[in-house]
Amino acid sequence: MNPWLVLGPVILLLIVLGFVTYAIFFERKVLGWIQGRIGPNRVGPWGLLQTVADVLKLLLKEDVTPKKADLALFKLAPALAFIPAFAILAVIPFTDTIQFADFAVGLLYYLALSSVTIIAILVGGWSSNNKYALLGGMRSAAQMISYEIPLVMSVVGIIMTVGSLNLNEIVEAQKEVWFIFPQAIGFVVFLIASISELNRTPFDLPEAESELVAGYHVEYSGFRFAFFMLTEYVYMFAMASLTTVLYLGGWNAPFGLTFIPPIVWFVLKFGFIVFFLIWLRGTFPRIRVDQLMQFAWKVLLPLALLNILVTALLKEVPFLGKFY
Amino acid sequence: MLRTEEMLLNVGPQHPSTHGVLRLVVKIDGEAIVDAEPVIGYLHRGTEKLAEDLNYTQIIPYTDRLDYVSAMTNNYAIVHATEQLMGLEVPERAEFLRVIVMELNRIASHLVWMGTYLLDIGALSPFLYAFRDREQILDLFNELCGARLTYNYMRVGGVKWDAPPGWIDKVGSFVEYMQKQMVEYHGLISGNEIFKQRTKGIGVYDRKMALDYGLSGANLRVTGVDWDLRKKQPYSIYDRFTFNVPVGKTGDLYEKYMCRMNEVVESLNILQQAVNAFPAEGKIMGKVPRVLRVPEGEVYVGIESPRGELGCHIVSKGKDKPWRLKFRRPSFYNLQILPELLRGQNISNLVAILGGIDIVLGEVDG
Repeated sequence: MNPWLVLGPVILLLIVLGFVTYAIFFERKVLGWIQGRIGPNRVGPWGLLQTVADVLKLLLKEDVTPKKADLALFKLAPALAFIPAFAILAVIPFTDTIQFADFAVGLLYYLALSSVTIIAILVGGWSSNNKYALLGGMRSAAQMISYEIPLVMSVVGIIMTVGSLNLNEIVEAQKEVWFIFPQAIGFVVFLIASISELNRTPFDLPEAESELVAGYHVEYSGFRFAFFMLTEYVYMFAMASLTTVLYLGGWNAPFGLTFIPPIVWFVLKFGFIVFFLIWLRGTFPRIRVDQLMQFAWKVLLPLALLNILVTALLKEVPFLGKFY
Repeated sequence: MLRTEEMLLNVGPQHPSTHGVLRLVVKIDGEAIVDAEPVIGYLHRGTEKLAEDLNYTQIIPYTDRLDYVSAMTNNYAIVHATEQLMGLEVPERAEFLRVIVMELNRIASHLVWMGTYLLDIGALSPFLYAFRDREQILDLFNELCGARLTYNYMRVGGVKWDAPPGWIDKVGSFVEYMQKQMVEYHGLISGNEIFKQRTKGIGVYDRKMALDYGLSGANLRVTGVDWDLRKKQPYSIYDRFTFNVPVGKTGDLYEKYMCRMNEVVESLNILQQAVNAFPAEGKIMGKVPRVLRVPEGEVYVGIESPRGELGCHIVSKGKDKPWRLKFRRPSFYNLQILPELLRGQNISNLVAILGGIDIVLGEVDG
């Protein structure tokens, strides 16, 4: 048996956990920097162990379950949220050699599996037997389902261009030109919809702490809460990776700078997306729930459809056709 | 049509966005508010009753704790009422110091409002910028009277502490700094599309309704009523300064925000003039007897606090303590309109509308 089958996922899990730890640290540092503060700087050198200490604290906390909660579902929800978040990482091609599963329908797999988390959030919000959690869960479900549609529609342009759902082939197709240029409309729609899928500012309504205290995970504490938190950041990891793969050329080097290894390029592009997400959080207020729905159905979806039409038309134009 | 059921949602008193210990019992249908009822009194300390057993100087620190975001104006309400009843003269230098600290406090108060309001709407950073700038005002107060929040600065007949050397210049440079900062705030917030979407056309009421509910301050001016006690019934030395009173037109949340931001600009103007005209010499306390025996009588004074008309009504029976003391606390009166505004709104407008009223629970509960 191939030892990589066992070792690979373990290594990936460790990398992801390391990423989550330092993404939280990075987020707090960047936010601090935006807001004229220092950010965490006490635990370990330059505060590097802050998140580690936070996670340890969460592990040692008492496991509190609300008395009238639906216990089985309450306990199931965090795991149900985390598993798909981790499973989708399998298809991301980090470089031409580092990829765990080279599916023919990688993109479809990603999009399909990531929607399972909605069920977990709904289950978590419902089983907590808390009104705020319920409202948060409902909002989250409505939001994520609405935004899934423009998200999927926005990548159809790429699928049409490449003629494949395989993520590796999508990256290969960007050797010359990254899809961010020919698929500019698609990219904008994808980016907005993906921020909404991630429940991040300005679309962080499910967790709107000024309205709903903490949304669907208000009753969760200790390790179960850590799982929800982990899920959120793993999705951030996955979504930033997917954006890199779909629109920023994946591991491809720009301007023929091929002497820099592909993984470095991947990490750079990926890091920029992560920074961008944090940057938005530092600058924007939160959009209102009814405006959010209108925005998805009345603005993003027509734009995504327009993108498909434009792609289809330009495919037939003699010179431009080679980009599409 | 789906059959829906109303749900009773208890917001507060520990909810993060009720600005203290306000409790709202909200009936919702889905996310639409059917009815809302504020429950107050969690911070009631009986200031008015306590004051009946305190002499006039002892009441001053209690007023600090009413509207703790703008303690200087509260100080002024009580000392001003007492001075009116006693017919005391206040030295010019003391009046200048009073106006300077009150206007600084107004700016600090509006900064706190702006920061927390944006936090309610979901923007993290403006809160920290606002508090960074407010910190400078608190530092100035700290240097002047040794306290950052509960100043206990004014006395009947004057002020407790004279400005330390160089303090007035520091106020002057703060005014310049703050005028630059206002540009930054407008760049960050006022033009933000999401902020506009969330505040324009929300929480609207008209002039008649505002007057019927007895609103005052920015909550009244936003409907187009030009009413500022500093202009209409000038107290202290406000008649010496030229400034405008920002008024709105439509009465929505965005105009409330603009009104308060423009008030900061006007306060900066007043400060600028006060700093330039500040008397170099002079006493800070008038001739005041050691034991304040206020002659028998009754007085009501109203002053313009950052939140509206702050009134102080004293009934004296000629003793060293008031027989009855009543504060007209603007937050309390402004809060009355809340259920009316909330009915029919989406629950995400709840915090936006509540925040727009700008209440301080210490003042609501007394």
